Order: sequence, then C-alpha cells, then structure tokens
Amino acid sequence: MADTPGGRSLVVDAVTHRYHSGALAVENINLDIKGGEIIALLGPSGCGKTTLLRIIAGFIAQTQGRIIIGDHIVDALPPNRRAVGIVFQNYALFPHLSISENVGYGLAARGVDKASRQREAQRLLELVQLPAMAERLPRQLSGGQQQRVALARALAIKPSTLLLDEPFAALDKNLRLDMQIEVKRLQRVSGITTLIVTHDQEEALSMADRVAVLSHGKLEQFGSPSDVYDRPQTLFVNTFVGSSNRMPGVVVSADRTAAKVRLDAGAEIIARPAGGTLTEGGRVTVCIRPEHLQFVGDETGFAGVVGMSLPLGATVVHEVTTADGSGVKISQARIGETRALESGAAVRLAPLAPSLANAFPATL
Amino acid sequence: MGTAPASRDVTSYGMGLAAPLALFFLVFFVAPLLQLLWLSLHNDTAGLHWGLGQYLHFLTDPFSLSVLGSTLLLGAEVTAVCLVLGFPIAWLYQRVGPRLQTIIILIVLLPLLTSVVVRTFAWIVILGRQGIINATLQSLGIVDTPLKLLYTQFGVVIALAQVQMPLMTLPLITALGRIDPNLDDASCSLGAGSWRTFFRIVLPLSLPGVIAGCTLTYAAAITAFITQSLIGGGQMLFMPMYLYQQASTLQNWPFASAISIIFLLAVLAVVSVFTTLGRMSRGYGGA
Repeated sequence: MADTPGGRSLVVDAVTHRYHSGALAVENINLDIKGGEIIALLGPSGCGKTTLLRIIAGFIAQTQGRIIIGDHIVDALPPNRRAVGIVFQNYALFPHLSISENVGYGLAARGVDKASRQREAQRLLELVQLPAMAERLPRQLSGGQQQRVALARALAIKPSTLLLDEPFAALDKNLRLDMQIEVKRLQRVSGITTLIVTHDQEEALSMADRVAVLSHGKLEQFGSPSDVYDRPQTLFVNTFVGSSNRMPGVVVSADRTAAKVRLDAGAEIIARPAGGTLTEGGRVTVCIRPEHLQFVGDETGFAGVVGMSLPLGATVVHEVTTADGSGVKISQARIGETRALESGAAVRLAPLAPSLANAFPATL
Repeated sequence: MGTAPASRDVTSYGMGLAAPLALFFLVFFVAPLLQLLWLSLHNDTAGLHWGLGQYLHFLTDPFSLSVLGSTLLLGAEVTAVCLVLGFPIAWLYQRVGPRLQTIIILIVLLPLLTSVVVRTFAWIVILGRQGIINATLQSLGIVDTPLKLLYTQFGVVIALAQVQMPLMTLPLITALGRIDPNLDDASCSLGAGSWRTFFRIVLPLSLPGVIAGCTLTYAAAITAFITQSLIGGGQMLFMPMYLYQQASTLQNWPFASAISIIFLLAVLAVVSVFTTLGRMSRGYGGA
C-alpha cells in the first residue's frame, strides 16, 4: 500500500463490535484506506459510525477483526500510543488551559520542552489562522475558532491518521462551509489520512475522496462520491444520499445490464439493475432522482397531474401525482424563462436515461 | 407588602421570604455571638472588669495553644484522609453504570442516616482492646498483645474520617460530573497517560469540588465534639472539649467565651483560605 509522506494507510479488517447487551454495533466492516485519503463515514445517527471511529481511536476494543495503521496491527495499543489525532464534535478543548497550552498538550505528553512546545503551538496556530489567540482561554473563542484550535491540537502530535467526529455539526451554515474548505486545505497540506464521521451527505460528498455509507452497523457501500451518488448499490444508499423518488413496479424482463420494469404508476421503463440480479415477475423498487426525470411530449413515460411547483432559485421542483396515487418530484434547471406549470395540468414523465433509474429488488 | 404589584422588584420577594430565617438567626445566633464576645472581654469570672486578659491568657498559655494546634492538625489530617479516600469513590461513581451509581450513593449517604453517637460507639467496638481489629489480628497470630487503637490520634482521625466522608464525597461527585468526559478521551488521544490526564486535566477541573469538600470536612471535623471525646478519651483534648470543660465544669465563662472566639477566628481563617483558593480556581470551572 502506498503511503504518502504525511499519512499512513488505514485498514479496517472485518471489524465487528457487539455491545455488552449483545446488540451489534457494527458488523463485519471492511475499509481499505490509502495513505493521504479523505474518507467520510456517512450514515444516520445510530448506524455505528461513531462506534467505528472510537474503535479506530482505541477507546473501544472491537469484538472481532483488526485495525491496521501503516504496517502495524494496533489492536493491542491503548489510545495514547496509536498516534491518532481526534477532533471531537464539541471540540473538547481543555477549559483551564490557554490556547497555546491546549495545542502544546500532546507535545508536553511526549516530553517536549516548553520553549519548543510554544514555538510549535505558534506555528500551528498560524497554520489555522489564529496566530494572536495563544494566551486566551478556550471560552473566549467563537465556535469556529475553537474548532481551528482543536484541529491544531490534533495536528500537533503529527498523527498518522486524523479522525473528525461530526466536526461541523455545531457550526452555522456559512461558517461550516469555511471550515470545510479549511479542513480540506489543511489535509492537502499535511497529507494526513483523514476520516470524517458525518450524517450530512453534502458534507461527505463534497469533502471526501471516498464515502463509506453505513446503516444499522453494516457497510452499505464504499466508493467515490460519484459512485455513491450515481451508482448506488443498495436502496438505502440511493434514498439516504440525495433525494430520490421511489416507484414500485414489476420486472417484465431482465438481464445483467438492463431491466424492463412495469411501474405501478402505469408505464414500462428501462432501468439499471442495482444491487443483485432481478427475476422476471419479481417486485422491485425503482429509484429515480428528481433531477433525472424529464417531461415528455409523446406517449412514453408515465402520466401524472401537477400538484404544486416550488421555485427554489436555480431549480424548480414540481410535485406530480401519478396514476397510482403516489407523489413524484421532478426538478428542472431554470434556464431562461421556465414555463410555469399550472396546478392540475396533465403531464407525462420519463427518466433522462435508463442508467439513471435504479431498480432494487423489493424487500418484503 | 404594601407596594403596588407593578412596581414590585423581584428581589423584594426573596427578602420577604428570607425574613423568618433571618430573624431566627438574629435572635438565636447573632445575639448570642455578640453576648459571647461581650463576655470574653472581661478579666474576671463575675464579668465586672473589662479587659483582654482572657485572650492574653490563652495566647501565652502553652497548654491552650497546644490544644488549638492539635485541633487544627486533627482537622487537616481528617480532611486529607477523606480527600485521599473520597476522590477514588467519586471518580468511580462517574464511570460506572446507573445501578452501581445507586449503590455507591447509598454507601456514601448511609453514614448520614445513622446517629453520630451510634457510629462512634461502633468505632469503639471496632478499635477497642478486645475489638474486632485486635481480635482478628490476634487470632491470625499477627500481633501478640492488642494494639492501642482507641484513645489515639489515629483512632480519632479514622473514626472522624468515616463520619465526615459524605461531606467530601458529595461535592466531589458533583464536581467530577461537570467535567466533559470527552476531555479524558482527548487527553488520552494526544498521548497522555492516565496519571498525566489525572493531574493536568481531572484534578484542576475538579478543584472547586475539592475545595468545597475540604472546607466542609475540615469545619465538621474540628468541631465534632462527640466523636472527638468518645474515641479520643480523657488523654486527648481538643478545642470543643476544652471549651466544654471551661464552661461547664470550671464555670469560667469569660475564658470559655474567649476560647470560642479564638476557635471561631481560627476556623474562619482556614475556611477563608479555602474559599480564596476556590475563587482562584473558579476560572477553570466554566465552558
């Protein structure tokens, strides 16, 4: 495995963790992360992503499986010997220590003398653009500033891996974007292998080289943001990442690359079989993203009645009720003067391309 | 209150509600205290001649000073024992499940639910010549003759520490509960071992609780008349008993009053040192 100078590879090898109560927190997770990559662990709360982070950091000993950082199996190492930097959701700055002391804390634990510690802390504070804050206490800083300090503190120990636990959740929207850019910049500069735990799909897609989607302790998909968004492997990934119309139907015919599906809404469409083979006559759920639907003038596609149109700035979202009574959303880019659709207008809809409609076997 | 509702200051309610207790304190605490002060400023037992004779007597009498000294020392020893034994309990409390927490709290509070007299007599049974400790040690062949545990400084400190333990443990539990558990993890992930984490993070942040616990334990330990007298016996004299002898046995009320005032000032001095430390450490508490 290639290691960039700053970051070492991180392998999560068949990790399973069971709580004392017997409930599974994470089950058979495999992640192969290259040195210097940014990975997002994405999932709803309770999916086990924080447990996985704490296993990698060493705060929880997994029931089964191994964690390998670089060439070393670190399962036997306590957190203070794993050289893993963590930024906590609430930053967890030491409230009684100055900013400089906070940043230098890890160096002090390594026996670095005071003068070198202060010099290094100052260098890192300049890196996170807070050079003048060294003598302040954490509570005198804003949330965004505290987070920069938490980053500087984690980077001070020159970790092989940086773990960020919901790092932007406590920040307001504008600040969040600033900090996301900041973290990505720092990661590029240092080349540290970075793992971001988040429930925010936009954050995961925008920041990460690869995204690992978790649900109920299982890894649903691990791939590039475009893989996860455009070629979801499970119905969960398709609906959790981005928004999606779920349309039930029956398979008319299917091979490995394409399936003809008769939608309950009343049309036959060609869809991409995602996540397993489809059998003729089997029930499926077809997922089509609102931006992957188009209005058609001919008799292809399925019929519907426009309910409501929401102009959302750059796009307009129309809500359409289909023949079987279910609602479908379609979003259109606003180009020039987009014609307004009257409520109650009869329209026909079809996917832009067969590869943009994903058919998943329906679970009973 | 006679004022119109609209003009009422919220604080005036508080004053009104506090009035009964304030009056009670005024009549039964402040007034006797002033009387005590007045009495202590007399040179003769009859209370006819004004002067600082009683104070001079106490402060030039090596015996009296040694009683004061040993009392203050006793308080320090009890406080130290309570802190060293109580801190791990409070620390443990924050790290166990809810069921164990209930058990720990019950054990901590149990001493408060029994009378001091009963608890002290229990210690006499434990520490006595034929007591539980000596009987066990002798039957195991560890000692030949019974150890002298009762009527010793050691015995008094141990018994008082047990009696006053809740006053130390409860503030510590509260203070440790306020510390964000992520700070432990953060310290650990930055490479600090358990001891560094304890001395650099947990202890400084729990200082308000440590100081509150020490103040309460110290004040309670040096004034604990019953336990001091019963476990200490006749050979050990501490300020509360000294005072009692002067007042009750020797009927020397002005001297007893002077002892009270000096004792009170000594306690206040120690407590104010604690509070000053507390105020300095409050900078840590928040955020």
